[in-house]
Amino acid sequence: MLEIEIDGKTLQVADGSTIIEAAHQLGTYIPHFCYHKKLSIAANCRMCLVQVEKAPKPMPACATPVTNGMKVFTHSELAVNAQKGVMEFLLINHPLDCPICDQGGECQLQDLAVGYGESASQYQEEKRVVPDKDLGPLVSTDMTRCINCTRCIRFTAEIAGFMELGQSYRGERAEVMPFIGKTVDTELSGNIIDLCPVGALTSKPFRFSARTWELSRRKSVSPHDGLGSNLIVQTKHDKVMRVLPLENEDVNECWLTDKERFSYQGLSSAERLTKPMVKQGGEWKEVDWSVALDYAAHALRDVAKTHGGAAIGGLLSPHATLEEMYLAQKLLRGLGSENIDFRLRHSDFSADGKRKGTPWLGMKITDIGRLDRVLVVGSFLRKDHPLIAQRLRQSAKRGAQISVLHSADDDLLIKLAARAIAAPSQLPAMLAQVVKAVCAIKGVAADTAVAGVTVSADAQAIAESLASGSSAGVLLGNFAQQHPQAATLQVLAGQLAATLGGRYGFLGEAANSVGGYVAKAVPGAAGLNAAAMLKDPRQAYVVVGAEPELDCADGAQALASLTKAAAVVVLSPFKSQAMLDYAAVLLPVSPFSETSGTFVNTEGRVQSFYAAAKPLGETRPAWKVLRVLGNLLDLSGFAFNSSEEVRAEALGGQPEFVSSLDNGIDGGTLNLTASAQSLERVADVPIHFADSLVRRASALQQAADSAAPTARMNAATLAKCGLASGDKARVGAGGTATMTLPAQLDVGLPDGVVRIAAAHADTLALGAMSSVLSVEKA
Amino acid sequence: MNNQNDMLSPELSPESLKKIDREVAKYPADQKQSAVMAALVIAQDEKGWLSKETIAAVAGYLGMPPIAAYEVASFYNMYDLQPVGKYKLTVCTNLPCALSGGVHAADYVKEKLGIDFNETTPDGKFTLKEGECMGACGDAPVMLVNNKRMCSFMLPEQIDKLLAECK
Amino acid sequence: MALIDTINPLLTTGWSKGDAGWSLKDYEARGGYAQLKRILASKMSQDDLIAEVKKSVLRGRGGAGFPTGLKWSFMPKAAPEKYVVCNTDEGEPGTFKDRDLMRFDPHSVIEGMIIAAYAVGAKLGYNYIHGEIFDMYQRFEEALDQARAAGYLGNNILGSDFSFDLFAHHGWGAYICGEETGLLESIEGKKGQPRYKPPFPANFGLYGKPTTINNTETFAAIPFILGMGGEAYLNLGKPNNGGTKLFSVSGHVNRPGNYEVPMGTPFAKLLEMAGGMRGGRKLKAVIPGGSSAPVLPADLMMECTMDYDSIAKAGSMLGSGAVIVMDETVCMVKALERLSYFYFEESCGQCTPCREGSGWLYRVVHRIEHGQGRPEDLDLLNRVTDNMMGKTICALADAAAFPVRSFIKHFKSEFEYHIEHKKCLVDPEVQRAGSGFFKAGAA
Ligand SMILES: Cc1cc2nc3c(=O)[nH]c(=O)nc-3n(C[C@H](O)[C@H](O)[C@H](O)COP(=O)(O)O)c2cc1C
Ligand code: SF4
Ligand code: FES
Repeated sequence: MLEIEIDGKTLQVADGSTIIEAAHQLGTYIPHFCYHKKLSIAANCRMCLVQVEKAPKPMPACATPVTNGMKVFTHSELAVNAQKGVMEFLLINHPLDCPICDQGGECQLQDLAVGYGESASQYQEEKRVVPDKDLGPLVSTDMTRCINCTRCIRFTAEIAGFMELGQSYRGERAEVMPFIGKTVDTELSGNIIDLCPVGALTSKPFRFSARTWELSRRKSVSPHDGLGSNLIVQTKHDKVMRVLPLENEDVNECWLTDKERFSYQGLSSAERLTKPMVKQGGEWKEVDWSVALDYAAHALRDVAKTHGGAAIGGLLSPHATLEEMYLAQKLLRGLGSENIDFRLRHSDFSADGKRKGTPWLGMKITDIGRLDRVLVVGSFLRKDHPLIAQRLRQSAKRGAQISVLHSADDDLLIKLAARAIAAPSQLPAMLAQVVKAVCAIKGVAADTAVAGVTVSADAQAIAESLASGSSAGVLLGNFAQQHPQAATLQVLAGQLAATLGGRYGFLGEAANSVGGYVAKAVPGAAGLNAAAMLKDPRQAYVVVGAEPELDCADGAQALASLTKAAAVVVLSPFKSQAMLDYAAVLLPVSPFSETSGTFVNTEGRVQSFYAAAKPLGETRPAWKVLRVLGNLLDLSGFAFNSSEEVRAEALGGQPEFVSSLDNGIDGGTLNLTASAQSLERVADVPIHFADSLVRRASALQQAADSAAPTARMNAATLAKCGLASGDKARVGAGGTATMTLPAQLDVGLPDGVVRIAAAHADTLALGAMSSVLSVEKA
Repeated sequence: MNNQNDMLSPELSPESLKKIDREVAKYPADQKQSAVMAALVIAQDEKGWLSKETIAAVAGYLGMPPIAAYEVASFYNMYDLQPVGKYKLTVCTNLPCALSGGVHAADYVKEKLGIDFNETTPDGKFTLKEGECMGACGDAPVMLVNNKRMCSFMLPEQIDKLLAECK
Repeated sequence: MALIDTINPLLTTGWSKGDAGWSLKDYEARGGYAQLKRILASKMSQDDLIAEVKKSVLRGRGGAGFPTGLKWSFMPKAAPEKYVVCNTDEGEPGTFKDRDLMRFDPHSVIEGMIIAAYAVGAKLGYNYIHGEIFDMYQRFEEALDQARAAGYLGNNILGSDFSFDLFAHHGWGAYICGEETGLLESIEGKKGQPRYKPPFPANFGLYGKPTTINNTETFAAIPFILGMGGEAYLNLGKPNNGGTKLFSVSGHVNRPGNYEVPMGTPFAKLLEMAGGMRGGRKLKAVIPGGSSAPVLPADLMMECTMDYDSIAKAGSMLGSGAVIVMDETVCMVKALERLSYFYFEESCGQCTPCREGSGWLYRVVHRIEHGQGRPEDLDLLNRVTDNMMGKTICALADAAAFPVRSFIKHFKSEFEYHIEHKKCLVDPEVQRAGSGFFKAGAA
């Protein structure tokens, strides 16, 4: 520790701190633009100049390390003159167009100009004009306002991992820009809007729609991936106008993914369901709530009476709130059904009944950054968990070794220590090889099932990396969780972690992937899981928040079973043509922004939120709808006055983290048999198609990550199928369905696999995410 | 692999790539980007100027983000981001040269060719550029031909000779 | 022209044969590489070697005049990867000595760099060569090939256990790459934007590794210093200003060129060696250390001796040793306009005061020169320079400010005349004749 003095106040600061960090500790504000605590130091804006005793010149507080006994003056004449001088320079070429600037009211330049600027500038020469750039559908530019702080550039290079912006030309002609003709395509691009201290980069979807002071703000929680990013939702007249990150160092830090930031546009999609509807004689009618609820209750009661409760299946979105899931499972169980599930994209449920607790991340999110060896298994990490990828990217820069075991070698923009890329059917054996090799290095006996595998060079390299550190972690991604041998992967990951003395867990797929277990939205002993209740069609289904044809492991089968069912009761914020085809009643329920509720994130953190806006039209919060349905069905235990009461019952209190988190499996067995068939499908869930809300977010749907699905293969596989990249390929699954997709070269795929995105209407007919395909030239 | 290096055409010639390889070999194995300045010069020599496709090709070859290569190409002022004439004449007009006729030499060339700085003669033969100090002030006026050939003591007679020589 | 006149030639001893004397065998014939051989054969310790350089009080020839031996001693001993880098990005207007060193005696630079590498424990080095002198880059590569073939570079140099390799890297038109950290960024394949210091290159240099960076002339002096001994070298000059120095004399003299003279030689003597004033005209002003150094009026300059201390006392800097001589045909407003344009053009653009201020300065001076000056402009210029100086990452902002301040300080009446009368004090015809471009009598 060092002792220093700032403006006469003495304080202790850690070695290596800069003056601005020390001042921050003291609550002393030093004006700055280029400095940002998460980015490298550029020291280029020169706004943070302060006086340091004995230094002849003012020093930049952001870049000057403190030394013991240093005396700093942030408001001395020397400091203030320097700061005013810099402010004058910043303004001479600035358009000073605050009244028409979207940043107006939240602009650091505007704020500081008030304190440090002179009223009249002596600059009477011609002002610089900088051409605007097209950064894509999300970020709008007004580059004449740019003050060249380079925060946005450093963000793309350092946080997002690939330099998509640069400062070209030099001197006064310096311009921030992407490469000619390129846009900014990172899944984290919206953060540059927050980082821009002036109005040069603003939100394209939000543009000109409101002034900041007209907005009401509410804290909320992201309904998308398992991280549970904290949000500020801003509304005007009960319409969500903008979503910003709420800083939470333990969760999302100060970042948001584009999905989380811009999905709000889906809230006002034309497909919003705003009135209850029932199908009568094949015709849809808008009806009153009471009519719709009666209709739904009757339908369910009828099926339960005539066919038994087990004839009803409940499909819950993993993006539904804890309260919704809790009441939905209560309702279904009240009707006598144990067929309840929220794990819609899973295909291996063999661990059910053997789990020691709720599967979870296996550690705190912040612990990820403390691991020095990490193996990520079966994950499209950058697109499925952009902010966890970001944490690992920073870890790698600090020297952590990150390895990957997966069926696609997508560029994670992380420096990898080792990687093994294998067809999906080979993943369990590949992970077993890593386990065996690590056991060999550590000199412990391996499980007999594992002992039989032959260790490949790639697995050996991963093992050596993992074994060389002191704190290892194994993270199972969405692809591993959706894998037909998911339980085997889980057991192997457990063995690997145990041998390494490390930790392992799941990267939660959805906002409530942990919460679903806590809410008991999983089948009981006699119940059917999500796959089984679709494979073995039910008479009736209750669907909460999901679009099963897009959200299930086998969308085609889901569609078929739902269509066959006598009664499908759908609680959804949206309607779609598919729903209109298979449903009997559509109950308009609130999306996350219009209801209170709780998400339990992947580390088990309980995060509740309130409605940010009033429900649209006749929409009602789903927990209330389920409550009324329970009452109409004369079920006991539905007397809740608030969502808090539901939560209290579901959680047995109000903990910060849920209890009973445990990834262990009792008597888990390993299934290493690989049905090595040619042309296995690798199905990813593209980032902007993962749930019903983001699928309807208009600007996101124009982003680079929303490109139409293709059939991706490596060069050898393309050649085997007689295809060249760009050709039309006829793709078939199991002989029945065929479709035509453009073939595309993907050098990161192993031989014999075809990668085709799931969760997309265009590929729905292909059926199961995990399947064997036939491909030929169309 | 990244999504931004997909503009690999127009390919550089094998000779150019060989020259670039020779530059790359000068630096530590993990510092290929160090060769970008030389590589852009080699590419400019081959193509006459640096189109965005050429810059992207160089970036791709060196495994660096295209915008990082563009930053370099736009920062150093002897790279030509627009097509230039067959002969690019750069006249130093900085003070030490000007004291010995640098500006007058530039004016003389302008008049002879009928073009101003940053212009190209209609026949595509000459482009005229204003240069900064070339580190040859003792030989003023000085002039660069196509970046690599330095001409000293460029008084009217010498300028006439040079222009006549450029076929 | 190779060489016109010297006093006590060291660096220029090899220049007499002009372009015919640069190659390895010529260099060896004049005793070249003998010092390297001696150091390797005697297994001289790094400390002794650095002590010898310290004794010479060789001060960096790139402009800042920092003692070279002291700089070398900052290199951390234990670091496994270190670099030496030579700064041949000579772009400071008026300076053209490094070009001639590279042209006539590249091996002295190579030998100096090898010895420096030995002293600081570096295994790899680069010489960064100004893009505009591409022929020198090519010559240097040829010289490197010769040195490599002769076993002076590469693994186990001359059978010793010392290994070092050296490569040439060229610039491509950016003055700022002369600034040492901008230069390092440029070698790394980036824009040459200077880095904030600390950390200094000795701790965080090329590729983040400890790096010693010196000017071409500094390295070239090393073999000579070791040959004659540090003390003898110091005694050539005057205390605190060791040795001889190359001065690039440009502008209104009869024989512009490089002159090697001992530190402390009177300016008058240097002017005389350069053939005196062109056309016998009267000396008006001199910029004694490259365009970034404050201008000195004739009377002050004539009092100076050519060394760091004397010139500093007169209010300017010895800088790179570029002596820009201006006679009475020069309009000082126009001269300043050209310099201000240079700094505006060459600012790298990262620091607000430099990016914005350099353009402001240029535009105001341009206005004055073009008859649009306002009475308040001179105060404005001084105020803008106040806000630039000492407030940026590198010294380019200061370099842009110094000329403005010194021109206004010493030639204020000329600026005021310009503002008031909207034209030059010096008759344009007189100005035109001064350059010598037009033969007497020609239009
Ligand atoms: C704007 C600027 C330009 C410079 N240009 C040069 C140059 O062209 N050549 C040079 O050797 N040093 C130049 N320097 C000085 C270098 O930064 C550095 O001090 C020098 O290379 C160190 O070598 P020395 O100790 O041998 O002088 C420049 C400095 C600044 C601030
Ligand atoms: S002072 Fe000027 S040249 Fe130097 S780093 Fe700052 S902007 Fe660049
Ligand atoms: S915040 Fe310190 S220089 Fe920009």
